[in-house]
Amino acid sequence: MYRYDIHDQTLVDERVAQFRDQMDRYLAGRLGEEEFRPLRLQNGLYIQRHAPMLRIAIPYGMLASYQLRSLADITRRYDRGYGHFTTRQNLQLNWPAQEDVPDILAELAKVQMHAIQTSGNCIRNTTSDQFAGIANDEVEDPRPWCELIRQWSTLHPEFAYLPRKFKIAVTGAAKDRAAIQVHDIGLRLWRNEEGELRIKVLAGGGLGRTPMIAEVVREDLPWQHLLTYLEACVRVYNQFGRRDNKFKARIKILVKALGIEEYRRRVDEEWAHLKDGPQTLNQAAVDAAKRHFPEPERRPVAESAIADFERLRTENRSFARFVTNNVTDHKVPGYKAVTLSLKRREHAPGDVTADQMDAVADLADRYSFSELRVTHEQNLVLSDVPVDEIETLWNELEALGMANPTVGTLNDIICCPGGDYCSLANAVSIPIAQALQERFEDLDFLYDLGPLDLNISGCMNACGHHHVGHIGILGVDKKGEEFYQISIGGNSTDDVSLGKILGPSFFRQDVPEVVEKVLQVYVAERHEDEHFLDTYRRIGLKPFKERVYAK
Amino acid sequence: MPNNVDTPTEEALVPVHVDHLLLDGELAAENAWCVSYDAVNLPEQRPAFVPLTLWQANKQDEELAPLLLSDTELNAELAAELNPLPAVAIDFPSFTDGRGYSIARLLRERFEYAGEVRAVGDVLVDQLDYMRRCGFNAMALRDDQHPEDALRLLNSFSVRYQTDVEERQALFERRLATSE
Repeated sequence: MYRYDIHDQTLVDERVAQFRDQMDRYLAGRLGEEEFRPLRLQNGLYIQRHAPMLRIAIPYGMLASYQLRSLADITRRYDRGYGHFTTRQNLQLNWPAQEDVPDILAELAKVQMHAIQTSGNCIRNTTSDQFAGIANDEVEDPRPWCELIRQWSTLHPEFAYLPRKFKIAVTGAAKDRAAIQVHDIGLRLWRNEEGELRIKVLAGGGLGRTPMIAEVVREDLPWQHLLTYLEACVRVYNQFGRRDNKFKARIKILVKALGIEEYRRRVDEEWAHLKDGPQTLNQAAVDAAKRHFPEPERRPVAESAIADFERLRTENRSFARFVTNNVTDHKVPGYKAVTLSLKRREHAPGDVTADQMDAVADLADRYSFSELRVTHEQNLVLSDVPVDEIETLWNELEALGMANPTVGTLNDIICCPGGDYCSLANAVSIPIAQALQERFEDLDFLYDLGPLDLNISGCMNACGHHHVGHIGILGVDKKGEEFYQISIGGNSTDDVSLGKILGPSFFRQDVPEVVEKVLQVYVAERHEDEHFLDTYRRIGLKPFKERVYAK
Repeated sequence: MPNNVDTPTEEALVPVHVDHLLLDGELAAENAWCVSYDAVNLPEQRPAFVPLTLWQANKQDEELAPLLLSDTELNAELAAELNPLPAVAIDFPSFTDGRGYSIARLLRERFEYAGEVRAVGDVLVDQLDYMRRCGFNAMALRDDQHPEDALRLLNSFSVRYQTDVEERQALFERRLATSE
């Protein structure tokens, strides 16, 4: 993975010094609350319901074991011994003391990490496919490109005060696992018939209050122009995005208001001046970025070992369940990617304790070249596990409570921190997730339901991506009481769609019952092996609505 | 598109003068210029930055210079008009309004404006480093800002990834040059 050189290290160190200076002035009363706000946000620091929250970037989801150990150490020394992985490949600390944050950032800088631009109206952490570099449907490894974008967007002098936050996601695979169509900018790396790398540029997607699917700005951008083109896209947004109403300030509103043709025209006009300029990429620069992501030195795995692995799958039902759900095919025969489930009833989805972090770091050292990935579904991935070690890894994960064989099922709930932590939230979300996990814990039932994304957000900011859950749950506030709106039919992958609201919202205690009714309709109506989403698309909202609101 | 964040009030039409001006990296001995937001009437105080249209109507007055509001769309025609001038001001109606950064870069990089580019309005010490990189060589600090902070924070970083008005080679290029 990417290792800092002297330049990267100096930059994060100087950033820590800058923030320490800002915090000192703030605490001394020389920097006002309002003036401090964007500065702290662009260093990941929120002021939350009970305590500050610090959001740490995990660039495009790549994490080394030594970094995870440092995170564990930080959560013990500065927090309450746990952290929360978010839907955008970040780690949040829920209980740091505000005045400790410069020290925490200094600790992070020691292990080549930071919290730069994890919040605020700027270009955020670039996210990507958790199976980047190992997926067998991959055309191009997105990580070097993400790193080039990370560097371009980090402390960009022109784009620190955009109208609103700005999120970029990149995929290089046939199947989009990065939800690029619901980002401010989505990038798809692909190859044309001549085998040349091209980039499809999407703009104007996003969730939140006004969910929208991105539109295509350019189908076939030659890779050399990635950064100049992004600069043009963001500059047009910086100049013309609305600043009079924060709820209408995202680029999606601008693209919608102008129309994609006019937005494209303005971008192209801007780009005409930037094209072939000094930020044009060349092969040597891309090769240098790619050298940070070498193929690990994988040992050969014997055919017989692969056969043994397959045999074990047929012999051991529990193991088979784990493999079917939590193990993903790898581009190298004999290797697999293993997803560690962070979804257990005892913890909020995405939460990990410091002890678990240490244990997972050890597993990464022993099983997967000391690296791991953070997924937007709030799980962790060991990306390079030889098949003859999966059984022992599985046993170790069982002991850690991270082998829940439910990845991709209804139980693998995506969930924001909600009203238990977040000051923006209208309602709690974690207890909803826990109630649902409790109700639907029978594995045979979960497997029978097949792939099902259930996403929960505690407010319309949609950090839990409820719009793109096959079943989406949104916490709403009505006169001080918590209610939940349920939508169905959302999807974040290639055939993206936004969920449709079933109807009037529900009391908290009724949510599991309502979800159960939705599932009953699906089970009754589905054709053989038909997935929830396909059934919904075939039969529409009406049967679900009728069942749920039947008197 | 409704993009004028601030509707001018009567108070906003009184010319603004601030004491502390950073000029080419140093604290200027004095700041002679005031900034007037009144688009109709010329201020009594001189010299003054006045809204673009008012300046255009009074070009012969050498004690006036143009103030570009943050919604200014800079094009080649306007740039040609500005290019011979010794100074142009760009307004920050609020420090969270980032349009001025783009305007300054365009002035410097696209239209090769060589005179003074001055940041006026809600100019805070924590914005100076980015302003400098975008081509501002003069920053009129909001009155409550400490000039010693400004001098300390003007150059907060010795490393930059991107190209900007000062640096014409991206870090990826400079890295390649040193590794050869």
